[in-house]
Amino acid sequence: MPTFVYMTRCDGCGHCVDICPSDIMHIDKVTRRAYNIEPNMCWECYSCVKACPQHAIDVRGYADFAPLGHSVRVKRDPEKGVIAWRIKFRNGRKDMDLLAPITTKPWGVAIPQLRSVPAPSREARDSQLLYNEPKYIRMDEGGLHTLESNGLKMKVGIYY
Amino acid sequence: MAYDTIIEDDIDILVCGAGLGGTGAAWEARYWGQDKKIVIAEKANIDRSGAVAQGLYAINCYMGTRFGENNPEDHVRYARIDLMGMVREDLLFDMARHVDSAVHQFEEWGLPLMRNPKTGAYQREGRWQIMIHGESYKPIVAEAAKKSADKVFNRICVTHLLMDESKENRVAGAVGFNVRTGNYHVFKSKTVIVAAGGASNIYKPRSVGEGAGRVWYAPWSSGSAYGLLIQAGAKMTQMENRIVLARFKDGYGPVGAYFLHLKTYTQNGLGEEYESKWWPQLQEMVGKEYLDIEASHRTHRPIPTCLRNHAFISEVNAGRGPIHMVTMEAFQDPHMEEIGWHNFLGMTVGQAVLWAATDVDPKYENPELTTSEPYVMGSHATGCGAWCSGPEDVSPPEYFWGYNRMTTVEGLFGAGDAVGGTPHAFSSGSFTEGRLAAKAACRYIDDGKAQGIVVSQTQIERRRQEIYRPLEHYRIYRNEITAGTVNPNYINPRQGLDRLQKLMDEYCGGVTVNYMTNEKLLHIGLKKLKIFEEDLEKLGAEDIHELLRAWELKHRHLTSEAVMQHTLFRKETRWPGYYYRGDAMKLDDENWHVLTVSRRDPKTGEYTMEKAPCYHLVGKDD
Repeated sequence: MPTFVYMTRCDGCGHCVDICPSDIMHIDKVTRRAYNIEPNMCWECYSCVKACPQHAIDVRGYADFAPLGHSVRVKRDPEKGVIAWRIKFRNGRKDMDLLAPITTKPWGVAIPQLRSVPAPSREARDSQLLYNEPKYIRMDEGGLHTLESNGLKMKVGIYY
Repeated sequence: MAYDTIIEDDIDILVCGAGLGGTGAAWEARYWGQDKKIVIAEKANIDRSGAVAQGLYAINCYMGTRFGENNPEDHVRYARIDLMGMVREDLLFDMARHVDSAVHQFEEWGLPLMRNPKTGAYQREGRWQIMIHGESYKPIVAEAAKKSADKVFNRICVTHLLMDESKENRVAGAVGFNVRTGNYHVFKSKTVIVAAGGASNIYKPRSVGEGAGRVWYAPWSSGSAYGLLIQAGAKMTQMENRIVLARFKDGYGPVGAYFLHLKTYTQNGLGEEYESKWWPQLQEMVGKEYLDIEASHRTHRPIPTCLRNHAFISEVNAGRGPIHMVTMEAFQDPHMEEIGWHNFLGMTVGQAVLWAATDVDPKYENPELTTSEPYVMGSHATGCGAWCSGPEDVSPPEYFWGYNRMTTVEGLFGAGDAVGGTPHAFSSGSFTEGRLAAKAACRYIDDGKAQGIVVSQTQIERRRQEIYRPLEHYRIYRNEITAGTVNPNYINPRQGLDRLQKLMDEYCGGVTVNYMTNEKLLHIGLKKLKIFEEDLEKLGAEDIHELLRAWELKHRHLTSEAVMQHTLFRKETRWPGYYYRGDAMKLDDENWHVLTVSRRDPKTGEYTMEKAPCYHLVGKDD
């Protein structure tokens, strides 16, 4: 379903232009509003729909296989950490509301700044361990799996 | 043309492409290089870029060692059989032993992982998959990357890597252009981690017109992981190993949760189970070692993805299509029904739109499935990518040259789709590979390997002229015609893409030929690709957006040529259901139980192919 933009809702703010992974939401030079310049490169990922403060962007199923008359709308609320969907069938027999969490934490605060954590030791640098390892592998005191620890070796040949 | 040249100098670690692999690389690099300069160059906006832009409803690679579920070697054996033996087991073992630590951090960062209320462990979808509410998976990992990086350059299309002029075969940075301003960007860097994407849209899609965007893998995945590395002369591996997906028809909605969690199953148009009738014939093609139904039932060893595709394709060709997913039983449970819909909304909204548009309610109607056009990538059930060094404590000598995930070009590292032989990494494994590459890149610098790099003004200027040529070409020839897109001196990027897709489809095993090719067809295809390469020098780009499409096309072309060369080299049908060599329809372990490795000479464009030994993880005493 390539995206399209409602003329009366779009104010040309450009949030969709900024976020579109495919670089296909552009501002029309005459109307000063956004539009999809290349529908056959649209993945219907809804990034622009979710980003639009005016709810001006919607989608219409791909013309080559999707009949008209359906609707899948979304409202993403980053502050509350939820996303709400509404799916309406073409024949009107199904009308679903679905709600899902998108994060369990306030944005940004749970991720440490690695520049200011204690620097890794020489020993850690020479080891196979990554940041927070081995602790975070099993959340216990166990070490990293190695060929040795797991009783393995690498061998040329045909094995299945 | 009046575009500025913007130079970013003294970079230690440049990350090209920040999907899951690139965000992992940027994040981890800061820990091992607290005083290093880390820069990201990304074609889109890292908050929503890469294959996970839209979200995910599952993390498909999680060992669960903390819950006593699997060991890394279990995952290696699973990937090995799924890919018919052809994997880099050192890289896979390494990824698998670290991947859980990435997932546990994701949970701390706020990614909602579902828990099994009875056991307290993460909610399993299958043996390797855990279920998540992953609509914001990408924005969350992007935050981590932004926290670590000194600078994030969004909307930079990286077109080429820069090469050191003081030492042969050593990387020196990258160049590209800003898709908004058009400015020329030069990144001088001691190391580069290529974490760009694999390739959609190199094969003619089943859809036509608008629907061409509804590809399984993101349309912005333009094969830049391969285009950049191949141009730099890095060796590639397993590029013949393209993937075909059995998915919900037209929308390409995922089937994993349906099979594994909802316990739906497939049947043919007559309502019959159809897979088992193809096994005897298929067993003759690939051997009992790769398809042993009794062993699979006994040991839960999976039937390889490609072989299940083969049964699907054969049944449809026998006239008993369409293949349906039987959802009507599972969807009677309202909880399962809700999961079925959430699964699409979390990662393939288009499938929900399609069912709404066609009034397909899976509670009352079993939806159709199809097999997709082929895709070239390295993190799903396929392992295309660069020939990279493994870790020193695991890799045999043929697989090890100093730094984990370093390609055969010094200082040039890969992650995610860029690394070959590592299927089934998915999102979490790609992120992990980024972390591994970042640590290795820091060490490479600390070891003094990046000293004395020289990049001349000549190299920078030569690339600049090359990058803008499509704009220049268009400007010169546009006014020779009155209007329209038909011009005797140039083709536009879309016209070029159409030609590439048709060519790959017909000569290299696309959908319209039922995934079939042979030596003769491949030779014709390669010849046509060479001529196409000449026409790529005459691409015309009307504006900066078309210039982006022009460079994506050039990367797709380089990817395609590698796919064709590798397909020609491997004279067997290793993965029936992904593609068939009509002139060698059997799997041939005697001659081809090897990994294929290629190199394209950056100066001449000539390919050399070689076989590399296939090492397997076995018990210490085996």
